Amino acid sequence: MKSAVIVYPGINRERDLARALELVTGTAPYMVWHDDAEIPDVDLIAVPGGFSYGDYLRCGAIAGQARITADLKKKAAKGVRVFGVCNGFQILTEIGLLPGALLRNAHLKFVCKEVKLEVVNSRTAFTNAYAQGQIIRCPVAHHDGNYFADEGTIRKLEDEHRVVFRYAQGTNPNGSINDIAGIINEKGNVLGMMPHPENLVEPLHGGLDGRGIFESLLETVA
Amino acid sequence: MKARIIVTLKNGVLDPQGKAIEHALGQLGFGGIGDVRQGKYFEVTLSEQDPAKARAQLEDACKKLFANTVIENYAIELDV
Repeated sequence: MKSAVIVYPGINRERDLARALELVTGTAPYMVWHDDAEIPDVDLIAVPGGFSYGDYLRCGAIAGQARITADLKKKAAKGVRVFGVCNGFQILTEIGLLPGALLRNAHLKFVCKEVKLEVVNSRTAFTNAYAQGQIIRCPVAHHDGNYFADEGTIRKLEDEHRVVFRYAQGTNPNGSINDIAGIINEKGNVLGMMPHPENLVEPLHGGLDGRGIFESLLETVA
Repeated sequence: MKARIIVTLKNGVLDPQGKAIEHALGQLGFGGIGDVRQGKYFEVTLSEQDPAKARAQLEDACKKLFANTVIENYAIELDV
C-alpha cells in the first residue's frame, strides 16, 4: 500500500503517522511539503495533527489555502482515500471534504489524555478490522475538538451511519455533539477524527488499539 | 479604500469563550452585562476604488477565508 503524509508548517504529528503507516503497511509514506504542487499517486493520503500555520485565523483555515491542498481536494474527488487526524480533521472540514466544524473545547482547556472510542461503523474501508460496537482505547490531544454541525447535518450523518467513532463510556473530552469523535464522507473515502490512533500502534505505546485503522486500509487496498 | 470585516458566531453555535468572559464579568461585579458572544474584527485596505466591486471582492474573501460559514456570519463595512 502506497501512502503520503502531507506536511504543513506547524504540523507536529507527521512522524507519528509515518511511523504507524510504515509499521503496519511495510512501506514508508511519501512526505509531501505544503508548497509542493502534487501528491504522488498513492492509495492513501494522510493529513496529520499539529498546529498548521499556528492555528492562525481558525484551526486549519490557512492550510486549506495551501498549494498542496488544491491537489488533495482533486485526489479526494477522484476517490483516493484521505485520513485526517486532529488538525488534519479540522483541515478536512475547513475545505469542505467533511461537513461541520471543530469548535473550542467546551471547557476551554487543552485536553491531552486517553479516551474510549466506540467503533460505531465497522463497515468502512478505515474500520473493517474492528468489530461493530467495539470499544477501543485512544489518545486525544487538542484544544479545538468540539464537533459541531447544524441539526440537519447531524441527523443526516447519523441516518447514513457516517458517525464512525464516538467517545464512549462518558469520556467525551470536548463537548462534541452526540459524542462524535470521527466521521466519514458520503462516498466513504474521506475519514476525519480528533483522536490519535497512530499513537497506539506498538507495544511501547502501551497498546495496539489504533492499529485497526491502518490494518483496515491495508486490507482493503491489497 | 479601507474596510472592516466583523465575523461572529451564528446563533445556536456554542461559544465557550464568550461564556467564560461573561463569567469573569460577573466575578468583577458587572452583573448586568450578559449574553457575551466573542467574534473577530479585521481592518483591511483595498486598492479597488469602486465600492460595489470592493464589496464583491470582500464578500468573496469572507466566504473563502475570513469566515467559516458553517459556524460564522460576517459583516462588511466600507469607508466610502
